[in-house]
Parts: sequence; structure tokens; C-alpha cells
Amino acid sequence: MSKIITTLTRIVLPALVIALLITVWWIVVARAENPIFPTPWQVVTGAWELVKDGTIWEHIGASLYRVGIGFGLAFLVAIPLGLWMGWVSGAYYTFNPLFQMLRPISPIAWIPVAILWFGIGDLSPIFLIFISSVFPMIVQTTAGVRTIDRRYLRAAANFGVSRWVLFRRVVIPAVLPEIIVGMRIGIGVAWLVVVAAEMIALHSGLGYLIMDSRNAGNRYDLVIASMIIIGVIGLMLDGATRLLERLKTVKWRYVR
Amino acid sequence: MSAKKIVVDAISKNFGALPVIDRVSLEVRDGEFVAIVGPSGCGKSTLLNIVAGFERPDRGAVRIDGVERIGPSPKGIMISQHGSVFPWLTVQENLMFGLNGAGRRDKMALADRYTAMVGLKGFETAYPHELSGGMLKRVELARALVVKPEILYMDEPFSALDALMSLRMQTELRRILDEERHTVLLITHDVEEAINMADRVLVLSPRPTTIQTIFDVDLPHPRKLSTPEAQGLREAILKELGL
Repeated sequence: MSKIITTLTRIVLPALVIALLITVWWIVVARAENPIFPTPWQVVTGAWELVKDGTIWEHIGASLYRVGIGFGLAFLVAIPLGLWMGWVSGAYYTFNPLFQMLRPISPIAWIPVAILWFGIGDLSPIFLIFISSVFPMIVQTTAGVRTIDRRYLRAAANFGVSRWVLFRRVVIPAVLPEIIVGMRIGIGVAWLVVVAAEMIALHSGLGYLIMDSRNAGNRYDLVIASMIIIGVIGLMLDGATRLLERLKTVKWRYVR
Repeated sequence: MSAKKIVVDAISKNFGALPVIDRVSLEVRDGEFVAIVGPSGCGKSTLLNIVAGFERPDRGAVRIDGVERIGPSPKGIMISQHGSVFPWLTVQENLMFGLNGAGRRDKMALADRYTAMVGLKGFETAYPHELSGGMLKRVELARALVVKPEILYMDEPFSALDALMSLRMQTELRRILDEERHTVLLITHDVEEAINMADRVLVLSPRPTTIQTIFDVDLPHPRKLSTPEAQGLREAILKELGL
């Protein structure tokens, strides 16, 4: 009985909401007789066109590539930096004000700077993704280290373990849940930013696809199709990061 | 046997302008079990933290085996109220944490032996969040014992457990202490626990704390708290605590 209710609330109800939204959209468009805004069916056929000639995969691939590189670089910089800042008070007091000031600047504001420094190739969006995801990951990791429960550090000190063991067996696992939270925020922002960055001036990517579809004869069916694809991929990226929460060594953080 | 294991020499400690410990001196013999009781907030935990090396006294010194204590060491392991079993390691990994030297195989065998000793055989690969509060205490105890410390520092170790489990753990600890002789310094607010376990009970005064009275508990183990001697002792201690 409870299993039926779970299926109902987790799958049937959300599906109903989406179906309702599509229905309303269809009715509104059909009544408004607006020649530009597409019906759901036109979006489906438009998307199918892109799938058939294979261009959609190129755009998705291009966007994912930029996110992968930008986010990967941000991860490689943020985790060691965050651990260091969390562990060494001097480093924290030196760098934290700077990062706290840079963090609230919207990545969009960096676009002119990115174009100036890196031109309009792949490097600009990669830089923007790096900028947008590096700060949340630094902040989360730093906070994670600084809030490690003192009793665990005391226990480690009591057993007289080396600094290396302390770091590997206590600090890293204690911070890991916080790092995963940082990664989720980072990948979410990165995906938001790649689409915005690609709208500026590039020849591939889902952001480019949106602007190009509009410019090339008001193909709003493709605009909407791209938006839906962006949403679905964003959901999948978050889901993939959430899989990390199932690691046995971080489960303690999510129970109780 | 009569060698002085722990010597606390006139230590004082202030928190800012607030004097917490006022010239406390005490000696603990090798293998002796000393319980410290006192009103809450009197600085019991601070005293134990200083003896265990986690905090420094403002004045005075602590000597272990005649050597001045300057920091924590595996020679004396602390077991505290809230516990510090690492939640990201399994029971076995927790027990192996403090073991150094020897091969991995030997460490695992040793860890498993102590896991069995505290009655957790079969839970070696369990994670702490899968265990109950009482089982968690056993893991903590086993992790302390496995490194063969000479001293156990216990800060209200069983106070987070229910009364029945607390009593069971006391019996268990007593049984283990009969096998492996440790020097124990126990902080508790439970007078019966102190009488049940200790060779000597020190009563602390309110803050700034000093040692108010010392009771010798000269009763054979296993003890029964219902005997007239134990009851008399209990009343005398409670009277010292102002009850």
C-alpha cells in the first residue's frame, strides 16, 4: 500500500504536473494564433530534425566539453586551496576576504573581461565556467575543514598519529561531504554559465543553438527544444554528482 | 604497584578572569582506579583535560611516570561523554586507526580480538551509524584498549546511555580491567557509578575547584551497592556534595 503511494507521489504526480503544463501551453498557443511561438508538437518535430542530422549531439558535446574542462580545472584548484585555507588560519585570514568579494560577482559580468583576455574561442567560456564554479567549491571546502568536530581531531592527536595519517584518515573524510556539496553547487552554476557564455559569440554549444535558431528565421521551436534539453542535462549532471553521496564513507553525514 | 603513575602538582587554571581550578594536587598509583565527582560546572572536565594533556594549566604541572606532561599521548587514552568514534571508518578500521608498526594482517587480528572482547564480534565491517549508542561506547572502549594504554581517562563515559546500559557497561569495564590492569581516572556525576568502580573517590568543591574530601572504597569486587558499607559511603559522599 505504502509502495503504491510512494510511486504515486514520486512519479505519477510530477508527470501529471508536466502534462498539465504542456496541455495549457498547447491550448494557449492554438488560441492565440501567434505565428512565431510553437506548439509542443512543433517543438518535438524541430528537435527530431536536429537529432536526425546529428547537429544536436555536436552542440551538447561542445557544451559538456567546456563544462568538463572549466569545472575540472576549478576542482583541481579549489580543493587543495580550500583544504589549505581551512587548515592554516593565516591562509584563511589572508585570502578569505578576497574570495568573499569575488564570489558574489555574477559570472556574466566577467564576459567582457573574458573576451578581452581570451578572445571568442573555447577559452572564454571555459574561463567563465572556471570563475563561476571555483569560488563555491573553495568556500565549501574551507568551511568544511574549519567545522570538523574537535573531538575527532583530539582523538587523532590522542593516538599520536602522523600528520599524513591525520590528513588522510581524518581531515579528508570529515570534509568529503562538504566537498560534494561544493561540487553540486559548482556544477550547477557551471551549467548555467556555459549556456550564457555560448550566447555571446561562438559556433557551437546549446547556448549558441538558442541564439542561432532565433537569428536564423525565428525558429522558436528549436529555441524551446534547446531549453528543454538544457534542463534535462542539468538535472542529469546534478543526479550524477548526487551519486557521490552514496559513497559508504560519506553516508554517515546523510543518516539521522 | 605503589609507584606513582600520575602526579598532579598544584595546578591552577583560569578562563579569562574566572578561576576554574585552584591549586589541585593529587596522586594516582599504578593500576589504581580513581573516580572524581563534583557539582556540575565545577571544572571536572577541565581538570581531566589538563591531566590528559589536551589543555595546559596556568600554574603547576602534571607528571606521568615522573615525566612532565606537555601534550596528549597514546600512553593515556581519553574516552569522553560524546564519543569520538570516526563515523567514516568501519568498526575494524576505527580499532586499527591508532595501531602502528606490525603488518596489516596482525593489526586486523588484534582489532578483531578486541572487538570480540567488548562483545561486538560480527560487527567488524559495520559503520558507526549502523550501531546503537551502547554498541558505539563499546567500540570507543575497544579502540582505546587496543593500543594498550597505561592510563584510561574517562569523562562521564556512560552518561549518555540509559541507566540499564550504563550499569551493564560498568560491569563490562570492570571485567576488562580485571584482565588488563589499567590506571583509570574517571570523571562522573553518578555517585553510585563511582562507588561501583573506583578504589578511591575524590569529591571536588564548587568553582574554583579544590579537592574537598577523599574516600577510600575498600570493598571487594564484584560490588553490591545494596550493602550497608556501600550505602553508608554513598550517603557520606552525597553529604559532601551538599545533598
